[in-house]
Amino acid sequence: MIDYQSILTKRIKEVKPSGIRRFFDIANEMDDVISLSIGEPDFYTPWHIRDAGIKSLEMGKTHYTSNKGLNDLREEISKYMYRRNEISYSPEDQILITVGGSEAIDLCIRSVIDYGDEVLIPEPSFVCYNPITVLAGGIPVTIETKVEDNFRLTADALRKAITPKTKLLILPYPNNPTGGVMRREHLQEIAEVLRGTNIMVLSDEIYGELTYGDVRHVSIASIEDMYERTIVVNGFSKTYAMTGWRLGFVCGPKEIMSAMTKLHQYAIMSAPTTAQFAAIEALKNGDDDIEMMKSEYDKRRRLILDGFKRIGFECFEPEGAFYTFPSIKQTGMDSEQFCEKLLYSQRVALVPGTAFGDSGQGFVRVSYCYSTKHILEALDRIETFIKQL
Amino acid sequence: MDKLLELLNENARYTNAQLSAMLGEPKEDIEKRIKKYEKQGVIKGYKTIINWEMTDFERLTAIIELKVSPKKNIGFEEIAETVMRFDEVESVYLMSGGYDLMVMVTGKSFQEIAMFVAKRLAPLDSVLSTATHFLLSRYKQDGVILHGEPVDERRNILL
Repeated sequence: MIDYQSILTKRIKEVKPSGIRRFFDIANEMDDVISLSIGEPDFYTPWHIRDAGIKSLEMGKTHYTSNKGLNDLREEISKYMYRRNEISYSPEDQILITVGGSEAIDLCIRSVIDYGDEVLIPEPSFVCYNPITVLAGGIPVTIETKVEDNFRLTADALRKAITPKTKLLILPYPNNPTGGVMRREHLQEIAEVLRGTNIMVLSDEIYGELTYGDVRHVSIASIEDMYERTIVVNGFSKTYAMTGWRLGFVCGPKEIMSAMTKLHQYAIMSAPTTAQFAAIEALKNGDDDIEMMKSEYDKRRRLILDGFKRIGFECFEPEGAFYTFPSIKQTGMDSEQFCEKLLYSQRVALVPGTAFGDSGQGFVRVSYCYSTKHILEALDRIETFIKQL
Repeated sequence: MDKLLELLNENARYTNAQLSAMLGEPKEDIEKRIKKYEKQGVIKGYKTIINWEMTDFERLTAIIELKVSPKKNIGFEEIAETVMRFDEVESVYLMSGGYDLMVMVTGKSFQEIAMFVAKRLAPLDSVLSTATHFLLSRYKQDGVILHGEPVDERRNILL
């Protein structure tokens, strides 16, 4: 009998399985559950983008691409980064096409983190930064962000978290799960702290196109002195409703991109070819699709925010991504209790804020990647739940 | 175009409070605008999309292609006016292409609709010919899929 536990590495055993898996397993087993828990667009990929993928298959484009990705796609990304952020990346050696933004995050952390290096992770945030850091031998250092700061990373909190071992700062904005964004003035304060250090920034801008009202996402790479210390991760999943195509990209200083390309070449070879052809079409002719989806998300964001306020929740106004993060503290329950009771009594599935770090305690994540009809039904049930407390 | 109309077209039962939230405009403005649109005739009415196949109500629809001879000066207006006054007629459209008027007629049975076409429509002076197509099944109507709920295939894979 093989003792498999002795075979697994210490590091993989250190990584905790997602605690809310069990919760979703219960939800999936129940009938008539209405969920506001999913973090991917409900839209289908726009037809002209799907068509470009199909055309490429018809033309027999079924081989690997170069390791870095199709030249035409890297050219388009370079143009996009310039017209969007006024920053220049050479398609030759500063852009890499990856399997989703997730691979880019993995490559980046594994390329710059040595044993004992510290990675600063603002929380609440997406769940992958911490385990990937652990697997790379690094030490995750979480920085709690607060609702009173609109869940922004503050210069003060950053300064306090920096030690001589700090190697990398993760900047996950627009933020999943809070919907918080960092405006230019906030990024300038962060830049002020980092200027003159050797700390690199991994800016996860996967929700960069999804900001609402008069807010436009600003990349920290476009702030003075930050270009040379920033690795920008982005992708097609959220922007163009292309989650299943598994395509992302990453831009940064060529020395770092070259290391990441090496890792990508051995671990992945190249990103999916069909998806790359579709992505060229997305970047060339997809601006109207983004506008359409954004205006739809914005409508739902307003509706859901109004709904929660009416029911009596305190809810910070999210300016980006497609989540709201209302406080449930007035119910006296913790996040898990609240979500579990809501699921059993009214069959509504939300994600406890603690799934995104301890600092998510007292909050729940509510996705608005759902039709207004679905959202209104869920709000009705939540209202019934609150009234019965 | 006014987004308010877009939203009402999507769901006429949104409350004024919901419309106000989605548009980010005061409720009073929304109420005023709806009244104005109703008065102007921009909003002609509110109806419900009913999947009749799921009810015990016997109801059949036919699409009738009419070829007509237009009259001098008044063109198709006169015949269209005549046709639209029948209670059985649900809608009348002037068409480009192989025929002139598309007439949608509802009735209780094939027989009833056939009789309506034979006795009322076909004999009209300017009608040259009719072709009646019975509607057998409605899959999607006014942007709404009638058969079954669309399945959400998304899964919680990671957050």
